[in-house]
Amino acid sequence: MNQSNTNAVHARLQVTRPEFSLDVDLQLPGRGISALFGVSGSGKSSCLRAMAGLDQVAKGYLNVNGEIWRDDSRGVNVPTHRRALGYVFQEANLFAHLDVRRNLDYGQRRVPRTDRKVSLEHAIELLGIASLLPRRPETLSGGERQRVAIARALATSPRLLLMDEPLAALDYQRKAEILPYLRRLHDELDIPIIYVSHSAEEVAQLADHLVVLEKGRVVVSGPLTETLARLDLPMHLGEDTGVVLEGRVAERDAEWGLARIALPAGDLWVRDSGEALGLQVRVRILARDISLSLAAHSDSSILNILPAMVEQIVGEAHPAQVLVRLNTGGVPLVARVTRRSVATLRLQPGLKVWAQIKAVALVG
Amino acid sequence: MESILSPSDLGAITLTLKLASVTTLLLLLIGTPIAWWLARTTSLWRGPVSALVALPLVLPPTVLGFYLLVSLGPNGPLGQLTQALGLGLLPFTFAGLVVGSVLYSMPFVIQPLQNAFSVIGEGPLEAAATLRASPLDRFFTVVLPLARPGFLTAIILGFAHTVGEFGVVLMIGGNIPDETRVISVQIYDHVEALEYTQAHWLSAGMLLFSFLVLLLLYSFNPAKPPR
Repeated sequence: MNQSNTNAVHARLQVTRPEFSLDVDLQLPGRGISALFGVSGSGKSSCLRAMAGLDQVAKGYLNVNGEIWRDDSRGVNVPTHRRALGYVFQEANLFAHLDVRRNLDYGQRRVPRTDRKVSLEHAIELLGIASLLPRRPETLSGGERQRVAIARALATSPRLLLMDEPLAALDYQRKAEILPYLRRLHDELDIPIIYVSHSAEEVAQLADHLVVLEKGRVVVSGPLTETLARLDLPMHLGEDTGVVLEGRVAERDAEWGLARIALPAGDLWVRDSGEALGLQVRVRILARDISLSLAAHSDSSILNILPAMVEQIVGEAHPAQVLVRLNTGGVPLVARVTRRSVATLRLQPGLKVWAQIKAVALVG
Repeated sequence: MESILSPSDLGAITLTLKLASVTTLLLLLIGTPIAWWLARTTSLWRGPVSALVALPLVLPPTVLGFYLLVSLGPNGPLGQLTQALGLGLLPFTFAGLVVGSVLYSMPFVIQPLQNAFSVIGEGPLEAAATLRASPLDRFFTVVLPLARPGFLTAIILGFAHTVGEFGVVLMIGGNIPDETRVISVQIYDHVEALEYTQAHWLSAGMLLFSFLVLLLLYSFNPAKPPR
């Protein structure tokens, strides 16, 4: 029926409102989590609402793994209720007149039996809400409500899951309670998930693909690790500037309570928080936590020191600071140092240095 | 009972209840879509339509009755229409009374419904749309159940207000036993005939009825009384 890529999400959307315009052309992977990241007003939510068909789209094209939901050239504009999508809103939007079980049923009942790939039991199990089934929405905590809302969306066996800052209305504790479930979705679902967030931390934990939006336009779109390591972008991450790397738990040292994470570039020692050996994990290294030296110090308290090569140096908003992109065996790191250090150490592309990593966060 | 209420009193009571039931039913059918539209539209017509719906709140009932009489009469545009349709003339008939009551009680049904619809907001409707519910499906499975208190208020107020109407009835209905003579007109007749005892019984009945209706209403909506 169509010749386009059937394992990707392609969205070309134009929304025009008096005070705001959105104009994006996105190619996103056909599975895994794509994060739409940006400050409030950047158009992340508008983009998501446009994909769902909740807002009027002036011009658009939307292809989800080969299924066309919007195509102006053929006059296709599938209404929201006929798009096989799941949508998780910022405030859960559970139906107040139904208990949890009937909230979950609501969507699934409307999906033809032959299209039901996710059973209610599976959705309930995935989000750990079995004990909540007889409860009324008003008796649930914010985190519980959001888990029910996610399960309700999953129970419709969506071909695209859209999540609009599902954690934004929750406090730190509730966020921490839901994140493991989101990571589980990521591992178990074979569908694209588009996740809107303004939290760099959430993005680092969950995303595979990163889209940065600003004033309704795409600033950058690419695989998370690569994109975070790019210096040529007005990322405006500030203190959140840093990279996310994927590795494997290779060793657990009970004596010191440390775990060794094997990365393609070398090993990193992190605080052991109980992850099983061999588990695939993500570590996040912030630019402000890396310092550079010309020699490897063994008299330092810093555990993680990796050999690296300077690739690029770019000035930052504050004249005293620069960002330095490093290559450690093919893996990028970004360090924030002062301009004076650049001069003192004579840092320049091609120079071999040691990256001293003061803090590594295991993020998932 | 017979010594207290005469057969014509009982006839007036039956007629009043019938009128109020028919009116309320019609108002729910007409008022629900109007209230839904008013609660959600951003059209410029929202203001004028709201004002029109609210008119009976401020207009003397005699004014409404007078214009209805004129337009439904043999020379009025609506009168000519009903004649052309073979319905005959509506003034001084039960049907005419229903038309008058529907207009007269309209704000009492539409406003509670409109409030109830506004309170629901877009959230649950959008959620339902993403859960595969068509617009009609959303209305029946989300809006109606969530707006139930609004419907109860609308039914109670619409019914009670129709029971209590007098001016419009007198203008357009007249005073025909078992056809247009409702309780309020019957009371008026008793008073004119100096039959104070009978007037008392009916009036006291109305007073009690009205109080009970309002009591019911406020116990349904304890937190926010309807306006």
